[in-house]
Parts: sequence; C-alpha cells; structure tokens
Amino acid sequence: MRVFGNLVKPYMVWMSLFIVIPMLLIVLYAFTTHGNSVMAFQFTFDNFGKFFDPVFIKVMLKSIQVALITTGVCIVIGYPIAYVIANVDERWQTLLMLLVTIPMWINMLVRTYAWISILSDSGLINTFLKSINIGPLKMMYTDFAVILGMVYNFLPFMILSIYTSLAKMDKAVINASYDLGANTRQTFMKITLPLSMPGVISGVTLVFLPAVSTFIIPKFLGGGQYMLIGNLIENQFITVGEWNFGSAISLIMAMIIMLSMYMTRKIDKDIVQEAQGGNKW
Amino acid sequence: MVGSKNRKLTRFFLIAGVLLFFYAPIASLMVFSFNDSRSLTSWAGFSTQWYTALFANREMMSAIYVTLLVALLSTFISTVVGTLTAIGISKSRKIIRELIINVNNFPILNPEIVTAIGLMLLFSSLSIEKGLITMLVAHIIFSTPYVILTVLPKLRGLDPDIAEAAMDLGATPAQALWKVIIPLIMPGVISGALLAFTMSFDDFVISYFVSGNGVKNISILVYTMSKRINPTINALSTILVVIITFVLLIVNLLPFLKKKELRGAE
Amino acid sequence: MRQLIEFKNVVKEFNGVLVLKGINLVIHENEFVTLLGPSGCGKTTLLRILGGFISQSEGEVFFDGIEISNVPPYKREINTVFQRYALFPHMNVYDNIAFGLNIKKQDKNTIKQKVTRMLKLVGLEGYENRPVTLMSGGQQQRVAIARALVNEPMVLLLDEPLGALDLKLRKEMQHELKKIQQEVGITFIYVTHDQEEALTMSDTIVVMNNGEVQQIGTPTDIYNEPENRFVADFIGESNIMEGVMVDDYRVRFDETDFECIDSGYTEMTPVDIVLRPEDIDIVPVEMGKIKGIVQSSLFKGVHFEIVVESPYREYIIHTTDNAAIGQEVGLHFFPEDIHIMYKMGY
Repeated sequence: MRVFGNLVKPYMVWMSLFIVIPMLLIVLYAFTTHGNSVMAFQFTFDNFGKFFDPVFIKVMLKSIQVALITTGVCIVIGYPIAYVIANVDERWQTLLMLLVTIPMWINMLVRTYAWISILSDSGLINTFLKSINIGPLKMMYTDFAVILGMVYNFLPFMILSIYTSLAKMDKAVINASYDLGANTRQTFMKITLPLSMPGVISGVTLVFLPAVSTFIIPKFLGGGQYMLIGNLIENQFITVGEWNFGSAISLIMAMIIMLSMYMTRKIDKDIVQEAQGGNKW
Repeated sequence: MVGSKNRKLTRFFLIAGVLLFFYAPIASLMVFSFNDSRSLTSWAGFSTQWYTALFANREMMSAIYVTLLVALLSTFISTVVGTLTAIGISKSRKIIRELIINVNNFPILNPEIVTAIGLMLLFSSLSIEKGLITMLVAHIIFSTPYVILTVLPKLRGLDPDIAEAAMDLGATPAQALWKVIIPLIMPGVISGALLAFTMSFDDFVISYFVSGNGVKNISILVYTMSKRINPTINALSTILVVIITFVLLIVNLLPFLKKKELRGAE
Repeated sequence: MRQLIEFKNVVKEFNGVLVLKGINLVIHENEFVTLLGPSGCGKTTLLRILGGFISQSEGEVFFDGIEISNVPPYKREINTVFQRYALFPHMNVYDNIAFGLNIKKQDKNTIKQKVTRMLKLVGLEGYENRPVTLMSGGQQQRVAIARALVNEPMVLLLDEPLGALDLKLRKEMQHELKKIQQEVGITFIYVTHDQEEALTMSDTIVVMNNGEVQQIGTPTDIYNEPENRFVADFIGESNIMEGVMVDDYRVRFDETDFECIDSGYTEMTPVDIVLRPEDIDIVPVEMGKIKGIVQSSLFKGVHFEIVVESPYREYIIHTTDNAAIGQEVGLHFFPEDIHIMYKMGY
C-alpha cells in the first residue's frame, strides 16, 4: 500500500541530513587543509601523508595488536562458557544468559572505572598481596590492564554470539553423529565446532570493532600516555584542534574496519558453505 | 560416574568464575560507595555520606537531570519515528527498503567515535552552538536505527495482508495503524524503546563530542571526575547500575509474566 | 442479471513488467465468478485492483456504474477473504468479525445480532471468545468469511481461500462456499489455480494466462469447448494434437483424415485438436480409428488411466475397462468428441 510507503519519507530526509552528510563531511575534512570552516577549504592529501609518520603507524599497529589479543582471549574464554551454558537445563540457560548480558547494559565508564580501584598500586589486589607479603604488583597503566579492561567489557558479546549459534543448532544433528559412531570429542570437533563457527565470526566482529576504536578503556586503565587510535582521534578533536587530521585518521580507521568486516563476512560465507557441504560433493 | 561428576564440577567452576569476573568489580564499586572513608580499598564502616554528597552536588544533580531528560525525550521521539519508518519500510518497494536499511546500518556498524565526529562536524558547519539541543538531536539520531532494527522483524512476522484486511473492512489507514498494526508490533516497539532508553542513558562517546557549554550528562561527568579517586562516583555508579538492572529485569520478566497470564486465562 | 462490475482495458505494470495486458471483463449481480489461471497469470492482481489495494496503470474499473479507481478500499462496498485469511491475531473470534461494524460505529446490540447471525451461517456458534490463533485452518477460514460478509458487501472477493487446507476439508468448504453464496445472494469473485475447484463452484469461469483473458464461459463451455490450446491443456487432462482443417467437417492429424462437426474454417487452416481422455474408448484393433500398443495402466479409483502409444504419439485414455500392457488395441471416438481450436497466435 502506497499510503504506508509514504511513512518513510520524513526519515529519508532526516537520514540524509544526519547520517549521510556527516559522513561526507568527514571525507571533506580529511581531504582539505586547516581551517575549521567548510567555506574556506583547500584540497590536499597532506593529512594522510602525515599519518604515515612512524609515530602514528606505531599507534595504529598497537591498536590492532591490542584488539586482536582481546578478541583471541574472548574466544578462548567465551567459547567454553557459551558451550557449557548451551548444554545446561533450559530454565538455567535463560537465567545464565541474563546474568551474562546484564553487564553489557551497564555504563561502560562505570564498568571500567570499577577496575581502577582493583588494579591500582594501593588497590584491592595489591592490598591482598601485601597482606600475604607479596608485591606490590604494577598493573595499572600497562598493556595487561588495558586488555583486561577490554576483555571485561566485550566478553559478554562473544559469549552471547557463540551461545546463540550453539542454542539454535539442531540437536538431531548431534545425535545423528553419535548414532553414526562418533564419540563426544569427534562429534564436537567435526559437527558442533564447524556449525558454531558463524557465531564465533560474528562474535569476532562484535569484539574487534569496539576494541580497535575505544578510547575510554586505554584512557582509564592505560593512563594519559597510553595512545591507541581512538585516543589519537580524540586528541585531534578535543585537545589539539586538528580537525582535518582527525578526520583523516577516522577515515583510515573506518577503512580498516570495513575491510576487516568484509573479510570476516567472506570467511563466514566460506565456512557456512563448507559446513553445508559446499561444492565439494 | 566419577567422570561425569568431574565434568559437572568443571562446568560449575567455569560459570562461577566468569560470573565472579563480571560482577566482582561492580560489587566492590557498589560496596565502597557505602564506605565511611574516602578509601576504595579498606572498609571503615557503613555510611551514606557519599550519597548525601552526591545529592548536594549541583553539578551531579544537573548531570542526572540532563541524562534523564535527554533519555526520555530521545526515547520518545526515536520510538515514534523509528516505528512509523519501520512500518513504511515494510510496505515500500525493495529498492527503497534496501536503501534505507543500508544507510540505517551505518551508525550501527561504524565505531561510535566516527558517528560522533561526523555529527560534531555537522553541527559546527551549520554553526549550531553545542549544548542540550545538539545532544538531544544526536541521541535521537543514533537511537532511531536501533528502534527500526528492532521493530522490522515484528512487521515481517505479520500476515502481509493484515493492513489491507483492516482497510477492506472499512478502517482508514490511520485506523488500520492504530487498531491493528501497532497493537500487533507492540512488543517490538517496547523493546525498541527500552533499547533506545538504555543506549541514551549510558551514552558517552557521542555526547562527549556533540555537547558543550557546560552541558554534561552522567557519563561525561564520570569521565571528567574519574581522574581522582572519588567515592561520589561510586555512589552515582551504584544508582546507574541499579536503574539499568531494574529496567533489564522488567524487560526480561515481562514475557514470563505475560505467558503466565495467558495460561491463567485458558 | 444486472451488470455490476466492468473492467475496461485494464493494464497493470510492475517495474516494467506487464502483469495485466488490457483486461475487459463484465461481472453481474449474484454471479459466482472464478478467475482461473496458473500462478503469475495476473488473477490476484486483478482482484487486488478491484479491492482497491493497488491501482491499475491504465484503464477503468466501474462498480455499479461509477468509476472507482480513486475510491480507497475502506469506502468500497467490497470485502475480501485473504489468501492467508489475515485475521487479527490480537483479537478473539467475536472482535475479528465485529471489526468492520465497530469501525462504522454501529450500536452494540446491532453488532451482537449481526455477529451471532454470521457465526451461525459459517457454523461457528459458541466460538465467540476463542483466540483466532488457537483455531484450525478450516475454522480460521470460516472466521475470515464471516468477518467479510457481516459488512453486507455487494461483492465478496476470495483470493485462493482454500489453498492452505487439506484435500478433504477443501472439498467440504467448496460446497459450503457455494451454499453460503446462494444464501446471501451476492456476487462472489473467486481466484484459484485449481481447475476442479473452478468447475465445481462457478457460474462463470474466466480463464487467464500471461495477463490476458483466454476464455470466459460457463464451466461446461470451458470444459467442452475450449477456445485454445492453453485452455484445453489447463482445464482437465487432454490429448492435444496439431493438425489442419482439410475441408468443412474434415480434420487431418497424424496423417489421417477424421470426420468432425466443425465447419467454416478456410481450407488448410492450421488448428489444434483436443481429445479428452474420457472420450476415447479402447476397442479391438480392427474397430479402432487409431491403432497403438498399451504402454501402461494405472488404477485411479473410478477409472483406469491407460497410455497407448501410436506411431505418432502417446494417448492418455480414461476408461473403466482395463487393458493388458503390450496388447495392440484400437482407439475409438465420435466426431463430436473432436474439439477444433484456432492455433494460438492466429
């Protein structure tokens, strides 16, 4: 019915103004020279050239490294948890998943802030260690603290994603595998794991993307000197006032993210195809 | 069955471990909000002094006010706009549908910081002074796509002729919306609204970039204050955690209660 | 019967595809009309244009003498039974049926009376408070019919309403629908791809294909005198041959001339010839007009379906007498059983 189709018109205007134009503005700023006004811009590639300074390249590589480690840790911890939850009694599943997902909704700053008083030199852990005459252990302002903070914040996404794919799996397939003589381990390796791969992949996107772009966690747990790509962007806009350079970095980051999403989607497709037999048969 | 017992124990410790990991920091944060001293590590007795301090702090009270005002207004507006748009999308031609859904996905897939600086650049290009209004507009912008995304599957589940059926029986398009479509997608609308509310309530990155002139929401305040140890932040955080947990419990318990009601009716 | 609906040269285009290619059709009062054709033939599109849910690209639609293209669906005296019923799942049976009356703000007592009468008509007394989601397909079907008829429309549109039901229920509902139509005495326009359904219920059948009307007629007309190869093929099983009219009352196919009852064709006109399987008899070889070998025989309950291969083709025959596979037999038919049609496109 055309009548209802008209309901999208206001949002199309809204969407162009507030979603499309801001994106174009970032591109515009990234390719123009200094001056915080749209009216007086001049075309340039300098902002991108500047990024290839070793200092900035190091920041980018560090961000990717930290995000990759975080993602890896989340898979290693998240998969067993999701697997266990998916295999307990159904009434418990709902409750456990609720408990896993509640932290997702709590303010990220609050969750990260909570770790400061635990990890700091005179924090809860060190107080405890001191009472048994160990330490103090330096944890705040290290890679460890930053990665811990990221795992803490993003692990629920990984568990949720893997759990979803495990829970919707047809139990008959597992039983068929047992029926055909596979033992528990073989069934897990050959059936459950491949079939749950789409969940792992979407978990990877859900963890890697925010991990590579966050600036709160490094700021809180890494300290003022700890630079990841998100902090770099924040600095350009809030402290330095270099909007053009900041836009260029954002654009590069958006590119990296789109590329990694494209790649995970492709892997996802290949895996799904393989899981379904693909064209091998 | 020693093996099975061991497996049960492993399972138990895995789950208990991860839940401890999730909740211990939050619990310690909440516990020390009631501490009688400034310390966040050693317990000096129960006190509500930090809550008193919180409620006496005008900046904090104003942040709470801003957060609630923006969350309520942006939830209302984005729910109405998002629901109507979703209905429109479900009745549009494929090409329009895909265009909107794809553009709509941008703010969802993009890192928040990119959306934030995009909006910041937009407001400054239009010479709009950053403040409460820009924060509100920004919140509506990032919430609406989520509302649309939550409502659309509910619409897909409807009989494709349901609106036509209402009009066939004499309902005007507006009546068909109110009496048939909206009641049927209400669960989706409600979860969309709750999603919008929690997202706005918790938002930091976007608010941080698009607000100014002393307008701060709770997250911005926590961000600026957290550099020093300050138990009022714990008190504030405790309130946030309680509110969000409460909202989440309602959302998750509602379907259960409804089911019971239905069963009772039969 | 008074003329009620008229389609004049109705064309509908969807994204560059012509779904309806100039439909001209007249429908009368109290008629049970079936739009019959394969999926994608445009029958549902035509119905939706009449219901007011889509508008035609070209042409006019008259209802009771008035052009209604710009009348929205909620102002048309037409009601629809939708394919998947489109019942309102958040309402019980009573509220579903009362929906249209509530919209028109009729008073509670009138509504109650009318709904009760409808429930009786469709045989659902006592189901008022049942949630529609808990009803079987057949019951939902009845609610959908009641919900439409309670508004006392001049025309009821039914879009493949029996498609979702199992065979036995479908047969039952066919009779019931016909009964209801006779009882309420209004025009029913029924869309289906099931030729048997169309033959059972209709006063008039409109056979459609590729957005065009192929033939309009009574069920007997359509079955006995198909106007072209498509109609013959679509309505019932057929043996269809290509041939030529040699002369008046003489048609040639399979290199043999046969006597027939058609005349008026120009000499040597290419034609299509239909022989219905039940019009062919199996006879001893020497008495047959055509000879062939029995290839297969299947028992179908009432008759045998026998395939006989002649040097030119396979014939399908429905007969109550069985024949042994491999046996050589003769095929016999009467001149009036040969249906001659102009070839499509001539």
